[in-house]
Amino acid sequence: MAEETRKMAFICSKGTLDMAYPALVMGWAALGNGIDVTIFFTFWGMDIIRKSRQDHLEIAPVGNTSMKMSMMGIHADNAGIPNAISVLPGMTALATKLMKDKMQALGVPPVSEYLQMLVDGGAKLYACKLSVDMMGLKKEDFVDGVIDIVTAADFIDMTEGAQIIFI
Amino acid sequence: MTTRMISGKTVQVNEEGFLLSPDEWTKEIAIEIAKEEGIPELTPAHWKVIEWCRQNATNGRSPTLRQITAGTGISTKEMFALFPKGPAKKVAHIAGLGKPEGCV
Repeated sequence: MAEETRKMAFICSKGTLDMAYPALVMGWAALGNGIDVTIFFTFWGMDIIRKSRQDHLEIAPVGNTSMKMSMMGIHADNAGIPNAISVLPGMTALATKLMKDKMQALGVPPVSEYLQMLVDGGAKLYACKLSVDMMGLKKEDFVDGVIDIVTAADFIDMTEGAQIIFI
Repeated sequence: MTTRMISGKTVQVNEEGFLLSPDEWTKEIAIEIAKEEGIPELTPAHWKVIEWCRQNATNGRSPTLRQITAGTGISTKEMFALFPKGPAKKVAHIAGLGKPEGCV
C-alpha cells in the first residue's frame, strides 16, 4: 500500500487546435490510470486555458506539409494543399471546421469541456508567470480550474519525480 | 490466463486480475475485489455504476468514463470520489468486465 503514485507533468506551449489535444488525451488517460497529473501552460499554450480563446483554437493549412488535399475530401494521394491556396481568406477557418467535425464525429469533446473533465478528475493546472506578464494577462482571464500563476522554478519544484512531457 | 478463488468461487482471470467471463461474476466477488481496490464498502451509488456498466458493456468490455458519466448522470468528480484513482478501470475490475477501450 506504500507504493508511490506515479506522476506526469505536461507542458503545453502551443495554441493551435491540433496541439491542444495531446495533453488533454494523454492527461485524461493518465488520470484514468490513477496517475497524478499536472499541466503547465506557457506562451501560446495559455490559449488552452484562456476563457476567451479556448474554444476558438484553429489549425492553419499554410505551411503545414502534413495536411493533404485528401483530408479535404479530394482524392489526390499525397498532393498537399498548395500554399498559394492556403493563404486565401477562409482557408484556416475551413481547415479548423473540418478538424472539429472529425473530432466531434469521434465523440471527442471541445477543448473547454475536455479540460473541465481533467480538472474534475483531479488534474492540477498552472499558468506560466513570465508568459502571463509578457501578454498582460490576469488570473481572471483563465478558467476556474487554473490553480495559480507560477514561475518555472515553482513548476520544477512541484514536479519532482514526475515524468515531464513537453508539447 | 489463470484461475483464482474469490469469495469461495473459482473464476478465470487475466494477468491483471480482471475476470475473463462476465458470467462468472457475482455480487460477492464485486465486494471482494472492491476491497482489494481500496473501496471498503460498496454504497448504492457504487452499485448503480456497476450495474449500469454491466448492462452497457460491449464484447465484455466496460464503457469508458465519459460514457459512464453521460449514461448514469453521475459527474466526473463524483466518479473520482466513488472510485478513486482511475474510476473506469476500477469499475471494470469490480464489475467483472474487461478494461474500457477508447481515449475519451
